[in-house]
Amino acid sequence: MDTVSQSFALALQMLAHLDPKLTEIVGLSLEVSLSSTLCSALFGLPLGAAVAIARFPGREPLIVALNAAMGLPPVVVGLFVYLLLSRAGPLGNLGLLFTPPAMVIAQTILIVPIVAALTRQIVEDAWSEYREQLRSLHSSWWQSTLTLLWDTRFSLLTVLLAGFGRAAAEVGAVIIVGGNIDGVTRVMTTAIALETSKGDLPLALGLGLVLITLVMALNVGAHATRGWARARFG
Amino acid sequence: MKRAFGFLLLAGSMLLVPCAAGENPYIVVASTTSTEQSGLFSHLLPAFTKDTGIDVRVVAVGTGQALDIGRRGDADVVFVHDKAAELKWLAEGNGVARYPVMYNDFVLIGPKTDPAHVAGGEDIAGALRKIASAKAPFVSRADKSGTYAAELRLWHAAGVDIASVKGPWYRETGSGMGPALNTAAGMNAYILSDRGTWLNFHNRGDLGIVVQGDKRLFNQYGVMLVNPQKHPNVKKDLGQRFIDWLVSPRGQAAIASYEIGGEQLFFPNAGTDS
Amino acid sequence: MGEAEYPLGQPIVAKSASVVRRGVRVLDRVDLTIAPHSCTFILGPNGSGKSTLLRLLHGLIRADEGDVTWAGEAARPRRQAMVFQRPVLLRRTVAANVRHALALAGIRGDEATLRTHDALARVGLAPLANRAARVLSGGEQQRLALARASALEPDVLFLDEPTASLDPPSTRAVEQIVAAIQARGTTIVMTTHSLAQAKRLADAVVFLDAGRVTESTPARQFFTLPCSVQGRAFLEGERL
Repeated sequence: MDTVSQSFALALQMLAHLDPKLTEIVGLSLEVSLSSTLCSALFGLPLGAAVAIARFPGREPLIVALNAAMGLPPVVVGLFVYLLLSRAGPLGNLGLLFTPPAMVIAQTILIVPIVAALTRQIVEDAWSEYREQLRSLHSSWWQSTLTLLWDTRFSLLTVLLAGFGRAAAEVGAVIIVGGNIDGVTRVMTTAIALETSKGDLPLALGLGLVLITLVMALNVGAHATRGWARARFG
Repeated sequence: MKRAFGFLLLAGSMLLVPCAAGENPYIVVASTTSTEQSGLFSHLLPAFTKDTGIDVRVVAVGTGQALDIGRRGDADVVFVHDKAAELKWLAEGNGVARYPVMYNDFVLIGPKTDPAHVAGGEDIAGALRKIASAKAPFVSRADKSGTYAAELRLWHAAGVDIASVKGPWYRETGSGMGPALNTAAGMNAYILSDRGTWLNFHNRGDLGIVVQGDKRLFNQYGVMLVNPQKHPNVKKDLGQRFIDWLVSPRGQAAIASYEIGGEQLFFPNAGTDS
Repeated sequence: MGEAEYPLGQPIVAKSASVVRRGVRVLDRVDLTIAPHSCTFILGPNGSGKSTLLRLLHGLIRADEGDVTWAGEAARPRRQAMVFQRPVLLRRTVAANVRHALALAGIRGDEATLRTHDALARVGLAPLANRAARVLSGGEQQRLALARASALEPDVLFLDEPTASLDPPSTRAVEQIVAAIQARGTTIVMTTHSLAQAKRLADAVVFLDAGRVTESTPARQFFTLPCSVQGRAFLEGERL
């Protein structure tokens, strides 16, 4: 318990003084996880909506695969991307290993299934409500996808938050492809892992509290936005 | 509104291309967790960057993984402490040459209760023999690290065939130095650690140094350039400058000046046959 | 700026059309012709296939046997619209909902703005143009659905029990709007549970019983002298 109270004090101290090392690490964490959330939105939202609306052979197995892929272990994804981006690997010439873009790639792969699978569920429910009317209006397959994505935007925001939460919380993927390089690829979760392995538990836990506070603040903001938008648009 | 949303999405995905971290030239050095956790790099590297303007990005993993990273060409320089493994790595054509840089020492850490009665001694082989016969709890890293390789050599020197006598008292964690120390503190066990990590380690529990000073506990560091013929992407000029700096009087002095609590951790010995 | 000229209505012809669902003949060899500019009501007891017939005539579902043609063409024409019992509106403003439908029909820009404004004005929703569509009352939402449909200037308008969930004033408002749309040349095909409504609006009645058309006659004739047993029984039920 002493460690815990120490860490609360440390966390408050770090937040109050805006320690430059801390801001650097927090900044990189946000940059990497927000980037991967946006990238996964770019791929996952249309993918989920398309699977929801279209009918094709193999649709059911694809849905099962997407749902299962939500549980991809981060460390396995990290290893896979590492082997891809290593100089000895197929994409080695890009020189991306041990850089932030590699971390974004790994996290994007990790959360695209989450975004796609949840989007599919949401859009499928909406599609059953809108389908006849949209067909009556001669809305094409692609037009309907965009319409539904926009119409379910508030629920989709929650989906993106879920994706972001997963990305911001994981350490297995980014530590392998990023290398936890001080000042270059060290993010909150890898810093926590490092401090823990150094035995500096109060600092590790303190960083953990800062991370939780950050993610909490983001969610509060999103919730408030959603409430306002709901009132305005119904 | 839809257009604004789409634009935001596009702009956000531009974050995928974050600006190159500074415009400085840099090298990637694969080294070990124990070296990083000793704090040496925080002390040493700023001096190197100041002298040369070259940034050093350290990927700190276990020795085995560091050598593998070098083998794959994902680093420019490898800086580890397992001479046998380093020479083998060179023989396989992965590097150019090995330069000895410095040594530090290992210490035997143990609980205050000292069930094997080894505290205060200088003979590591004798201490390990006592631990094995007393079957006192002992934590081993059991990863392909330089520390683990040293541990195995010491068991051998003690005449203990650890592979056959190990029992429930011998706990293999497969982890880095820090986590292994955490485990030993939690279990009140003996453990072999490098002095640097121990001095920087805060979660000591009831543990303390029980044996030190034996010549066999010395831990030699070597630095090698990854073979640019095998991997054309290796920054051979910048990497060689790093190596040259490490073995130069300036670099050696910087190494010697690193202290924790007034104690020197690393002893420069470049140019010797180590 | 006068009213737009509507083209000649296109007769819809169903020939021996059947719809089979899970082995059940939901519609059984339906033969009927919808005359242009008329207001046809499809009546019948629950489960008789009224909604299915409506969707078949609109082209939302295809016949498993027989066929349906529009002005002799087998392809579903674009100048049709449908209004459902529960209005399906997007999470946008009132005006944006109309514009969405117009955009799908390839109408954008100034013409879309003009049509949207006129359509909303005709149903009395112009002051609510920038309100969120989903916060409107049930009656207002249905009027919006009608505005959206009429903005497309359809040749045929299909309505599936449009006033079933509305109170009497809203029902009356909807009926007036439908009548006005018909007055501008649109053919109306509608289903309802309310015989009173059918009596008020219908020019022709198609009576369905268990998927079969048992009567297809002018409205006045149906209500005074139904020729089928089922039709008579249905009307008698009303008098109880």
